[in-house]
Amino acid sequence: MTTTLWITAVIVAITLGITVWAARQTRTTVQFYAAGRKISGWQNGLAIAGDYMSAASFLGIAGLIAFNGYDGFMYSVGWLVAYLTVLLLIAEPIRNTGKYTMADVLAYRMSAGPVRSAAAISTLTVSGFYMIAQMVGAGSVLHLLVPGFSFKWAVVIVGVLMIGYVVLGGMIATTWVQIVKATLLMAGAILLSIMVLGHFGFNPLRFFDAIAKVVDKKSGLNFTQPGILYPHGKHVFLGPLTLDKSTIENVSLGMALIFGTAGLPHILMRFYTVPTARAARTSVGWAMGLIGAFYVMTTFLGFGAAVLVGKTGIGTNNNLAAPKLAEFLGGGPNTFGGELLLGFISAVAFATILAVVAGLTLAASSAFAHDFWMNVVRGGKESEFEQVLVARIAAVGVGVIAVLVAINLQTANAAQLVAVAFAVASSGNLPVILFTLFWKRFNTVGAVCGLIGGTAVSILLVVIGPGLGTPPATKPAFALTNPGIVSIPLGFLFAIVGTYIGEALGGDQRAKAMYPEIAVRSQTGVGAEPSAIEERIPAVV
Amino acid sequence: METRNRGQGTRGAPDAQVGTETAQTRSSAWEALAASPEFRRLISAKRNFIIPAVIFFLVYYFALPLGNGLAPRLMNTKIIGNINLAYLFALSEFVMAWILAAVYIRRANRVFDPLAAAVRRLAARMGFGS
Repeated sequence: MTTTLWITAVIVAITLGITVWAARQTRTTVQFYAAGRKISGWQNGLAIAGDYMSAASFLGIAGLIAFNGYDGFMYSVGWLVAYLTVLLLIAEPIRNTGKYTMADVLAYRMSAGPVRSAAAISTLTVSGFYMIAQMVGAGSVLHLLVPGFSFKWAVVIVGVLMIGYVVLGGMIATTWVQIVKATLLMAGAILLSIMVLGHFGFNPLRFFDAIAKVVDKKSGLNFTQPGILYPHGKHVFLGPLTLDKSTIENVSLGMALIFGTAGLPHILMRFYTVPTARAARTSVGWAMGLIGAFYVMTTFLGFGAAVLVGKTGIGTNNNLAAPKLAEFLGGGPNTFGGELLLGFISAVAFATILAVVAGLTLAASSAFAHDFWMNVVRGGKESEFEQVLVARIAAVGVGVIAVLVAINLQTANAAQLVAVAFAVASSGNLPVILFTLFWKRFNTVGAVCGLIGGTAVSILLVVIGPGLGTPPATKPAFALTNPGIVSIPLGFLFAIVGTYIGEALGGDQRAKAMYPEIAVRSQTGVGAEPSAIEERIPAVV
Repeated sequence: METRNRGQGTRGAPDAQVGTETAQTRSSAWEALAASPEFRRLISAKRNFIIPAVIFFLVYYFALPLGNGLAPRLMNTKIIGNINLAYLFALSEFVMAWILAAVYIRRANRVFDPLAAAVRRLAARMGFGS
């Protein structure tokens, strides 16, 4: 196991070197939150890929496919197609209208106090659940791979590193850590995919012949067939409708993935790091190329683990499918090659988690410092020094809380925690962002209702649903593991009903008056935040 | 002063009423820009592309989970060797996403960006500053 430690130590040393370099150029708020808006399109594309492909992607999907076959691959599909929503509707308008956070876009039209507070709550919820999921994953994987490591220490080390990157190096360090990680992850996935295919004479047909021989005992289906994770034949009752549970779970999962990605604050924040809307567009193109290529390769990682290692070889923790596959491909346990490849892939998994939690910490601390502290508590006072200081303190606070929560959640299901994050992002954040940009009548009450209502209903449906408890509840109050199909329409409905309530309460002149401005600005970039450091547009043109 | 008013409510306090008036003068200038032929051209070009594109990818994407759930026998049809329709359809989602993204980026660079630049030039002539 010393190989794992050495390779991990080298990667961590590289990221710390980056952080020291980045710390020297991180003084102003625009540098801390948005890397001075000087990241180029392809660099941001790599960083988005690094920010996005979490432990859930690398370890989680490989494990889901290794244990459930085809159904696990549906995550891969949804997580890529989701970027079309980002590209076509969100990325460029966000770059054109915001400064540092998701709430900047909303506060453009709405009363800053209420919407920034509500958006800070939803951002902290999404980033918090997501971060804890990553840390629980990091803890259990490191603990299993390096037996000397306790779960607690693994979580503490991840926490200290992520706080270090963000506090010292801000967005510049976070971006480059994500770029290094994306490169390593792609290299690891390509290497394993080629080696898997090599076992089948580089003939995909022989590979699929082998997959079709793996049969799920419970359902009798083979691993190329859909229906193992969400079995056919069960029914779910939604009001007067009786629906096939398998179909509904799959559609509901798809909805959360497709609409949730465009509402993830740590991803949206990445679009502020590039100089123009055009660069934001280019960066999504690069990200889609990389992310898509990676997810196609989960075919080889996941099915490869199912065929070559098998459930008995992987053990009870399906997160270990990819590392165990690496060990097998290197020559098996206790061989030099096996140790080396296992070490490399484990280190890549560790780097993956670090890069994602750094992005999440930055999103959470900026929601607190920029949205809540500077704009709500301090009433919009502009102080570079204070804002960067508060953001750094917030990053330490967020990190410490995440570590403490994660240590106490060792048995939590990481995939379920991520599901909460995606449910809140798709039901709370996305409707409000879309309406702010494209609906003239939308107002402050609607935005607050949408954010708070969508967040609350998502958490509620997951809590009363079947998934969160270990073991799962036998008769849950809400039948679906994936709440999206109910919570997303409700999120839109809260925002709409809130808007009409707001109108009945006397209207929101500013939201209406500012609509032509946000419509023009978001689509053209008139008056968009430039990449230069000291330039600042006045609040009223 | 004005900076602070952006964050205030619109009813009640006299401060806020000043803010509303400023917002309205400001708003009429932006309304003029929003009503300009330059901006209308950009918006209709974007709308004509983006709305059909979004509908297309949503239909294409959700056809996969719906097909897997409602027509498992069809989706299990073997196409080449043991590679079935369900897997090939899933793979085609990646190709669809890449092609649609490439088409959009090309269209945006060649058509939408020049149209947006025309609006920005108009804004500069109208004295919108940055």
